[in-house]
Amino acid sequence: MSDTWAGVLQVVALVLLLAVSYRPLGDYMAHLLTTRKHLRAEKALYKTMGADPEADQTWGVYLRSVLAISAVGVLLLYGLLRVQHHLMMALGMPKMQADLAYNTAASFVTNTNWQNYYGENTLGYVAQATGLAVQNFVSASVGIAVVATLIRGFTRSKTDRLGNFWVDLTRIIVRLMLPLSIVFAIVLMAGGVVQSLGDHMTVVHTINGDQRLYTGATASQEVIKELGTNGGGIFDGNSSHPFENPNGFTNLIEIYLLLVIAFALPRTFGKMVGSHKQGYTIVSVMAVIWLGSLAFATFAETHHHGVNLVTGHAGLEGKESRFGIPASALFMTSTTLTSTGAVNSTHDSYTPFGGGAAMFNMMLGEIAPGGTGSGLYGMLILAVVTVFIAGLMVGRTPEYLGKKIRPTEMKYAALYILTTPAIVLVFAGIAMALPGETARMTNSGPHGFSEVLYAFTSMGNNNGSAFAGLGGDTTWWNTAGALAMMFGRFLPMVWVLALAGSLARQKPVPESSGTLKTASPLFAGMLLGTVLLVVGLTYFPALSLGPLAEGLH
Amino acid sequence: MKLGAAIRRHTAAIRAMLVFTVILGIAYPLLMTGIAQLVFKDKANGSLLKDASGTVVASSVLCQQYVDKHGEAIPGYFQARPSAASDSSNPNDPGCNYAFSGGSNRGTGDPTLKQTISGRIAAYAKAYNVDAAKVPEDAVTASGSGMDPGISVENADYQAPLVAKARGMDLTAVHKLIKDNTHNRPLGFLGAEYVNVVTLNLALDKAHPVAATG
Repeated sequence: MSDTWAGVLQVVALVLLLAVSYRPLGDYMAHLLTTRKHLRAEKALYKTMGADPEADQTWGVYLRSVLAISAVGVLLLYGLLRVQHHLMMALGMPKMQADLAYNTAASFVTNTNWQNYYGENTLGYVAQATGLAVQNFVSASVGIAVVATLIRGFTRSKTDRLGNFWVDLTRIIVRLMLPLSIVFAIVLMAGGVVQSLGDHMTVVHTINGDQRLYTGATASQEVIKELGTNGGGIFDGNSSHPFENPNGFTNLIEIYLLLVIAFALPRTFGKMVGSHKQGYTIVSVMAVIWLGSLAFATFAETHHHGVNLVTGHAGLEGKESRFGIPASALFMTSTTLTSTGAVNSTHDSYTPFGGGAAMFNMMLGEIAPGGTGSGLYGMLILAVVTVFIAGLMVGRTPEYLGKKIRPTEMKYAALYILTTPAIVLVFAGIAMALPGETARMTNSGPHGFSEVLYAFTSMGNNNGSAFAGLGGDTTWWNTAGALAMMFGRFLPMVWVLALAGSLARQKPVPESSGTLKTASPLFAGMLLGTVLLVVGLTYFPALSLGPLAEGLH
Repeated sequence: MKLGAAIRRHTAAIRAMLVFTVILGIAYPLLMTGIAQLVFKDKANGSLLKDASGTVVASSVLCQQYVDKHGEAIPGYFQARPSAASDSSNPNDPGCNYAFSGGSNRGTGDPTLKQTISGRIAAYAKAYNVDAAKVPEDAVTASGSGMDPGISVENADYQAPLVAKARGMDLTAVHKLIKDNTHNRPLGFLGAEYVNVVTLNLALDKAHPVAATG
């Protein structure tokens, strides 16, 4: 079979898998977010936590619960990394430095998974499994809990009560993340992903001399790393490492895992607001952006005449022979359009336009389909903005799903849209103004600027992939990065929850002849236009200094 | 009142994190490790391969550089792709170092990378007597993991005559071993086809050992 056909079939297979999952998974998530019944295991968990599962929280209390578990998460993980040399199976690795531990803790709690360290020579097996993997579960579940609350803002009326954070979190973990992880960890292990807490001292007498083998609880962490759109690898090579991703089969499963929840959530949304068409409208916009970006990146990588001056192309730098270019571009597009940031090839070595596409994907705010939960709430905010713009054009009060979009709602939506770009551009600007910090770039010129811009785009949007040429393990980068990740995660959540609160207090307005139909191809087109317009206007100047300057050179 | 609520909330958060750590950070990975060790023992432990004497000499999924102390190719062995996975504090590290997975992270327009690749093309063309324009891409570029055990079939075919000569083997026998160690795309369309250099070289050693040289 030709490379092109294999590449196309791969995408077709992935789309089919996602399409088949859309209804059952979306409906199941809607069920677990709305049912009144608690499982016996969950009741036991509520008792252990000391949380009252029947209490209905206001948006403020819900937010403070999100912040409480995140603050505790950061402290706990920080502590664990600082004492990891005392833990079992530490493999003789020392404790992590304070600034690096702070960066790593912030990174995993915010669902970013930016890594300023080499996994396989920094962390023992226990620190990986009990520290990082646990945050992979929790941070992904927090994202879904927050979007559930925003949807309740649309479905509930004349109330200030939006649900119970502890119930949402527990159910998402117990009924969704854990069962799926167990099933797909077994699939990945069958495909050849390692899972062994065996002795690190296993020596392989290779032809280059003796080498120690690092394995760890890899399959069990790999699966939640993708499923929860986290992205932090056990190994520095991440999903390009044969122990994490040994062949074309595991590669497809991993791409499927990092997309499946985010692509099914619009169904959950449609089900909860009582109109599946609303869900289809949202998911169609996500799918169009994803496919468009995929086509662009694949084209850029396969039609490139940059490096290998003799043979005319060298798209394989940073890519694995067992995946090839199409499967690498597919992974790259999917990981940067979700908030995953796992990589099966090094983005730094992509062509200028291919790497620029990765950056543009993250700048879209990771909404196509985005991180677990965070992708859908980002897209819903843009839907609110679209309704508002349409309302301005015809001079009517805009409405979305029976709720008026008034100045208060618009204020929160605008704050949401402005927050992340402000973080990205301000931090990147500061970094470029500090000569000592720009010296951390591997590459020079526009590509060097791309490394810095990519870094803060990735951290501000909680992606975690890197143009890894940037040597980010310095006190300044660790501290600035941790701040960018935490602002980029929690400030948008504040605006989302505040918006949910303000929507839920309204009484619904009946649909009239002048109401914009938001479940229609026309609205999908307007939403797509708004997405591209907002991102284009925000980031064009910065993009033109980096990848555009380099690609047109 | 307000302070009390905040304390209660944070206590709940601490208890929640602890109980989730026990379930997700201890019970779950142990359960998975148990299943792995019962059902997928070989793969789960890193697909280790032993030589005739029973010594573990390779993981079939991690590359090795078949070079001597001076970085020169050892005759009779198929050469893996260049690897950026090396200990930067050791200038003689040839790559494929299990403790330092990763790629070069050089941009495609980077002058250093251009120079490195041009050098590799010239060396490959000379070593295997191939027209520089036909040098396979995978032979001159480093993988993302630095652990890639695969090379393209094309690359293996170009190297075959020299390997056969160094081992005093029939060229068709070498081609047969290449074929035996070629991995087709899973399901016919996933990923790309490749030849596993590590298992190929071990098969060669088994079939026709290369004369031991210092």
